Amino acid sequence: MAVRVQAEDFDVGIEHAALTQGKTAIGGVALFVGLVRDMAGGQPVSAMTLEHYPGMTEKQLEAIEAEARRRWPLDDVLIIHRHGRLEPGDRIVLVATASAHRDAAFESCRFLMDWLKTKAPFWKLEATPEGERWVEAKESDDAAAARWTN
Amino acid sequence: MKILYFAWLRTKIGVATETVEPPAEVATVGALVEWLKARSPQHADALANSKVVKVAVNQEHVPYDHPLSPGDEVALFPPVTGG
Repeated sequence: MAVRVQAEDFDVGIEHAALTQGKTAIGGVALFVGLVRDMAGGQPVSAMTLEHYPGMTEKQLEAIEAEARRRWPLDDVLIIHRHGRLEPGDRIVLVATASAHRDAAFESCRFLMDWLKTKAPFWKLEATPEGERWVEAKESDDAAAARWTN
Repeated sequence: MKILYFAWLRTKIGVATETVEPPAEVATVGALVEWLKARSPQHADALANSKVVKVAVNQEHVPYDHPLSPGDEVALFPPVTGG
């Protein structure tokens, strides 16, 4: 069980190995890795800076992890979210869920990403040829999170 | 009361944090946002559209009718865009 908010990159293979080490009840791990895209809104993006609210970020991520564990039988969960300046191709976020069976792993991984996008206090500032701009929240993200409300 | 601003609210207002002492009748988050607008033209501009000003009190998301207590940490920010 872990939530990490960090500037440094992470190694997906190392994290996956650490998550499952010695836990032979796990039958499957779902991993989602979010990356910085080189285009947004039809414009090239040269860099993205992630601002966050230290303290609240960890608290919110821990709360959504607890909610996922309440809903699915999970053997382990890992959420890593980076902050600071990132470039296209860089990893932003890792969500990994481990369970005896794949349905719980897949579903909870998606749930965590959907909730993280609408609850974790991060804000993206994109650098484009026309200057810097704050990324606006998408209604589709709210809709994705709302699917899990019941 | 400590107020924190994030993302474009921070850049528009020009500070990341400030300490304020609102009068007792400012009893809810919504009333605080209205009261903060009067602090400067920058505050008024940044806080003009309440649809895009979200609030957390003591690091929990709250609606505008949430009551305030002395010593609360209040954060104002645009809708989040992580992930």
